[in-house]
Amino acid sequence: MSLWNVVSVGFKEIWAHKFRSLLTMLGIILGVSSLVAMSALVKGMEIAQKEGLVAIGGLQKVRIEASEVPIEQRHLADQAVGITINDVHALRHGASLVTAISPEMRLFGATLSARGKTFRPFTCAGVWPVALEMSEHAIAHGRMFNSIDDEMARSVCVIGTATRDELFGSPEEVGHEIIPIGETILINRQPFTIIGMFQHYESDQERRERELAELQPKPQMTGPTRSRGWGGRRGNFIFWLKNATVYVPLNTMWMKFRAGMPGTAGATGDPTLSTLEVKIADIETMEPALQQIRNVMLTTHKGIEDFSFRTQEEWAENINTFIRNTRLSGGMIAGISLLVGGIGIMNIMLASISGRIREIGIRKAVGAGTGDIFMQILVESLVIAILGGLAGLGASYLFVQLIGSLSPDANPPIITAVAMSVAFAASVGIGILAGLFPAFKASRYHPIQALRYE
Amino acid sequence: MALLELRNVSKIYRLGGEEIRALDDVSLDIDEGQFISIIGPSGSGKSTLMHILGCLDTPSTGTIRLDGMMIQDASSRQLAQIRNRKIGFVFQFFNLLPKLNVLQNVELPMIYSGIPARQRREQAMAALRMVEMENRAKHRPSQLSGGQQQRTAIARALVNDPKIVFADEPTGNLDSHTGELILQMFSRLSREGRTIILVTHDPEIAAVTPRRIEIRDGRVAHQLDPTLAGLNRFPTAVS
Repeated sequence: MSLWNVVSVGFKEIWAHKFRSLLTMLGIILGVSSLVAMSALVKGMEIAQKEGLVAIGGLQKVRIEASEVPIEQRHLADQAVGITINDVHALRHGASLVTAISPEMRLFGATLSARGKTFRPFTCAGVWPVALEMSEHAIAHGRMFNSIDDEMARSVCVIGTATRDELFGSPEEVGHEIIPIGETILINRQPFTIIGMFQHYESDQERRERELAELQPKPQMTGPTRSRGWGGRRGNFIFWLKNATVYVPLNTMWMKFRAGMPGTAGATGDPTLSTLEVKIADIETMEPALQQIRNVMLTTHKGIEDFSFRTQEEWAENINTFIRNTRLSGGMIAGISLLVGGIGIMNIMLASISGRIREIGIRKAVGAGTGDIFMQILVESLVIAILGGLAGLGASYLFVQLIGSLSPDANPPIITAVAMSVAFAASVGIGILAGLFPAFKASRYHPIQALRYE
Repeated sequence: MALLELRNVSKIYRLGGEEIRALDDVSLDIDEGQFISIIGPSGSGKSTLMHILGCLDTPSTGTIRLDGMMIQDASSRQLAQIRNRKIGFVFQFFNLLPKLNVLQNVELPMIYSGIPARQRREQAMAALRMVEMENRAKHRPSQLSGGQQQRTAIARALVNDPKIVFADEPTGNLDSHTGELILQMFSRLSREGRTIILVTHDPEIAAVTPRRIEIRDGRVAHQLDPTLAGLNRFPTAVS
């Protein structure tokens, strides 16, 4: 019996029981589509996370944060120095593996206002000009403040596009880009002059969408424009955070908002920093560099370890762990679904052959061998699985579209060819496995008994 | 050399420790072109004999030679091939596949002998012409009368040009008139030189064939062999 005959007989048999076959396929369809959709989701998340990681700054960045002193030093907690500007100077001279140091003083809950509007940025920080490269910022308009601005504690600031959008109007609303260089804004009621603005940060996906939207003709607005009650699209959260950044010179921050305030100077009297970011020359020397920083800082901190390191590596590790876990759990769900689908196929094939014992007997009487019957049943099961797999791939496309329209724009699901082929191969494998036992059973019927079967 | 030679064939079933001799030391020769009936009451072993002769089953002991080949120890795969190439079956209940049309039913044995589609079609149509069913080729078995179904089954049995055609109570499920027509068809086929073995419990039907083998309790009880008796090999057609 030629392969073509076997396959066409399989198709006929499935066609003869359309509804039953469809129900049988459902398990495979769900399994395949959930496998593909899950992997598309994870892929989308992974890409968004990795993009975000790059936007925050590379892996060489280490953030030094104040932390609780370890348990064995608890009795010294009241003498803890905190991270101060003193550490910066010490690291500069003492830690040779550190290439850049960026101190940061944050103003928590800062309120910006201009033209009667207010905005609370995510970060309002006093920094050195080096913060620009440390945090992967780029100035699009105007300039970054320099060391003279810092020295003189000038009231200047550099803002991100989120601040501009909120206080002066976004390009989407106004129709053209406003560059508020030279404007004065109030930071907690203190006047500051905007001398620079960062470029607009966005994910690839957002950029593509924005460029596409620019190509479309704008709908003509009629009537008064009014707020529609939501703040407009923010896009990827990480990028929004970056856009909602305001930098002022470190010294200005100290002079205007911190000096003389309680709790702003450490036990030694040096100005306390919120965080300290350092850049390591090479990712390979991360370990010795961290050790070096620790040694230096333990001397300035009187041996009290009231600081901790946070590396991006940890974050990257977290991303990977998260992705792996999601993939595992999603894969398990899809796998169980496929398994159930396979059991469904086996069940139906067993029911099908016991309804066709006489047919098997007739086929054997006219000369079908054990192998012919085996192949016939196996191919039938395989055809169900393949059709189910193909339908599943189609369904997964719709599924992913659905998820894509529900999930945030930041991480649109991405269907990969690998996921599709793995899912399809799995359905084929399941089809073969599910068909083996029924096929074996059917092929073993004795022709005489099968012919007599009523 | 006879077409089919049985020597000391026995078939023993075991049913709960009890031994049942369905066939007990049967020896037979069947020559090419003979028209034979195997008669006997139900339970006599005639069906078992037919199954063994028809290569649907193998004997417990004894030897069978079919067309020069010893087949008592053949594997199920070899038996399937022999059934396919050398043997045609006609059953009491027609045993057509309900999902296939007449033509496809007749093509079925050729599918398993790997004959290409076009040739299958031609041969099947030729076989259907032989039984005058060519204008029913696209009908389903359920759309046919009993006699038409049985003719389709005969066409299926003949399509691979077998050495022997077995008919197991071929008229058992038909009214007497249609049954007679079917028997005439077998007689005609016999006159055309085919070897036909008719299995029946009805002596009247058995009377159609020149040679009769009566089976009782698993043994050949009585044989009427016109060739041995010097009678005409071809009897006059039944009226």
